[in-house]
Amino acid sequence: MEKRVRFKSRWLPWVLVAPQLAITLIFFYWPAAQALLQSVMMDAPFGGSLEFVGLDNFRQLFNDPDYLASFRTTAIFSILVAVCGLSISLLLAVMANRVVRGERFYKTLLIWPYAVAPVVAGVLWVFMFASPMGVIAFWLQAVGINWNHLLNSNHAMTLIIIAAVWKQISYNFLFFLAGLQSIPKSLIEAAAIDGASPWRRFWTIVFPLLSPTTFFLLVINVVYSFFDTFGIIDATTKGGPGKDTSILVYKVYYDGFKAMDMGGSAAQSVILMAIVVTLTVIQFRFVEKKVQY
Amino acid sequence: MRHKFAAAVFAGLFSMGASAQVEIQWWHSMGGALGEWVNDLAKDFNASQSEYKVVPTFKGTYDESMTAAIAAFRSGNAPHILQVFEVGTATMMASKGAIVPVGKVMGDAGVKFDPAAYVPAVAGYYTAPNGQMLSFPFNSSTTVFHYNKDAFKAAGLDPEAPPKTWIEVTQAAAKLKASGHACPFTTSWISWTQLESFSAWHNVEFATKGNGMRGIDARLTFNTPLHVRHIENLSNMAKQGLFVYKGRANAADATFVSGECAMATGSSALYGNVKRNAKFASGISTLPYYPDVEGAPQNTVIGGASLWVMSGKKATDYKGVGQFFAFLSRPEEAAKSHQRTGYLPVTIASYELTEKSGFYKQNPGTDVSVTQMIRKTTDKSRGIRLGNFVQIRTIIDEELEQVWAGKKAPKEALDTAVKRGNEQLDRFLKANK
Repeated sequence: MEKRVRFKSRWLPWVLVAPQLAITLIFFYWPAAQALLQSVMMDAPFGGSLEFVGLDNFRQLFNDPDYLASFRTTAIFSILVAVCGLSISLLLAVMANRVVRGERFYKTLLIWPYAVAPVVAGVLWVFMFASPMGVIAFWLQAVGINWNHLLNSNHAMTLIIIAAVWKQISYNFLFFLAGLQSIPKSLIEAAAIDGASPWRRFWTIVFPLLSPTTFFLLVINVVYSFFDTFGIIDATTKGGPGKDTSILVYKVYYDGFKAMDMGGSAAQSVILMAIVVTLTVIQFRFVEKKVQY
Repeated sequence: MRHKFAAAVFAGLFSMGASAQVEIQWWHSMGGALGEWVNDLAKDFNASQSEYKVVPTFKGTYDESMTAAIAAFRSGNAPHILQVFEVGTATMMASKGAIVPVGKVMGDAGVKFDPAAYVPAVAGYYTAPNGQMLSFPFNSSTTVFHYNKDAFKAAGLDPEAPPKTWIEVTQAAAKLKASGHACPFTTSWISWTQLESFSAWHNVEFATKGNGMRGIDARLTFNTPLHVRHIENLSNMAKQGLFVYKGRANAADATFVSGECAMATGSSALYGNVKRNAKFASGISTLPYYPDVEGAPQNTVIGGASLWVMSGKKATDYKGVGQFFAFLSRPEEAAKSHQRTGYLPVTIASYELTEKSGFYKQNPGTDVSVTQMIRKTTDKSRGIRLGNFVQIRTIIDEELEQVWAGKKAPKEALDTAVKRGNEQLDRFLKANK
């Protein structure tokens, strides 16, 4: 006999998923459709001269060598933010997992930066690196490094990566720690009895078992570095020196909200959307195969 | 966001109290001491009559308040009065359906309005080619040269004889460096001080069509030999450590006020900040120039902001706006504002009143900006009004940073900036056909 409850009604399932559907439609599909529509329009800031321009906005973007260069900048930035962010937080999580006394206190401290807004995080780091008064700039001066993120591209890139990674570490840390705590102790103990070193235990047991978490965080971190970092950049380098830290999302923000070029900004967000969709598909297609659930 | 929300709630609470009066919403970008000034103006106007009530609301920086106003206008909730920075002027002028010309507002309100009463170099910037005043010249500043008198003394320079030409600036900078100053000279607003005002000051065009004042189909021209020569000069100063780049917009202001940098070109409105916070004696002088250039020094261009009246309000509301502007134009009110903030006087009468009161004698240097502006302007120096100016300024920032970093030659950087800037002008032209 069938044990599952069956709903015969035709409309009840729809009613049950309706709230979720409504949220998805209103908050995701509607803005996305608006962006698509706006990307083929040209409009004066206050409206009144809405005009269909076809693919003009896109054509202009791809004729701009600076825009093409910002793909490279974005790739460097995103890879470094994701790699540094994940490895540092994994290290911290592994360490925190071993702490017995004062564990809560320690974890709370590590989670704090997550509550800091991106702009504030940016300003905080700018203060420390501001030459010549900032604390870190002062130390660097003492060891012979003349820090100048206003004109040195590498310094500027380092600064925004540090700020972006610092902001995201807490989030990664939380998930890694939860992941570590769900790994059965018996497995690790068995390996220890067999004579495996802590290093080996980590790489052959802990790390593979942690892979679902790592994969999830990889997706989240890439999306984070692509979308959530314009506040940090606006507060630190404003895309400079030149355009050397102007990542794609910063230009979307700048063109849309500072320069009030809605069409151009929408075209860029459509491109950005396409990139992130592609990246996510690739991650789920290829990287996920290596994940052991 | 939370601030905006709180501000909206406050505005809502206040508006409930005064239902009999006609409310005039005024969105502005004046923070700190300048915010108090704006609030005092509204308070004084509200106390002077009982029909209208001006409600000022701080909406963040200039670009933030403009973005907020655009969103509000599109949803039908625009304020009556919006303060817009000078680089947004072309955008506002092109948005014909969104604004009501100030000349018309004043006329309809039946208040006495004489465009000739306003300082020409200031009001001219906000006047349409057909002679109609489009926005109210509320807070205009111009580019001046600030210097640290104490540092001059320490370097063996005469604190009462500031450098007048770029050659003298270089020489003074060398002496300051020799006396141990790590930052002899810096500048805020690179594009405004070193290219825009620089062009007007030397009576050369920054862009064609009278710098865009005669039409929006202008082309940029700031890559002439004179401009290249000046950027080369600055680049050489940067290499020798005489000019230190301190970042975009007004980031360099703080380095002058703190005493880190000894000389700085920047806004005349920095005066108030220096007076209140600097722990040294400071002086203001005219913008440096090249004496061998014919026609220099001419006049400098304005910055700051003006007040625009948004469309779609009731006729009675506009009467109140007209009354308020008439209040701001009163000689004694305008003079008080000028002396309090360091912004340029709005009307000629307010300038004369300030002069008569002996204010300039008591506060040496405060008249520099005025004398730089109250001159007969030429077609090349009247002002610079270009579409997508925000982007063009950023492009100039980006290209010149490459020069200071030693990655691009001055000529190459200026040529690229002109080319990229012209693309922005094309785009503006297309959007506002």
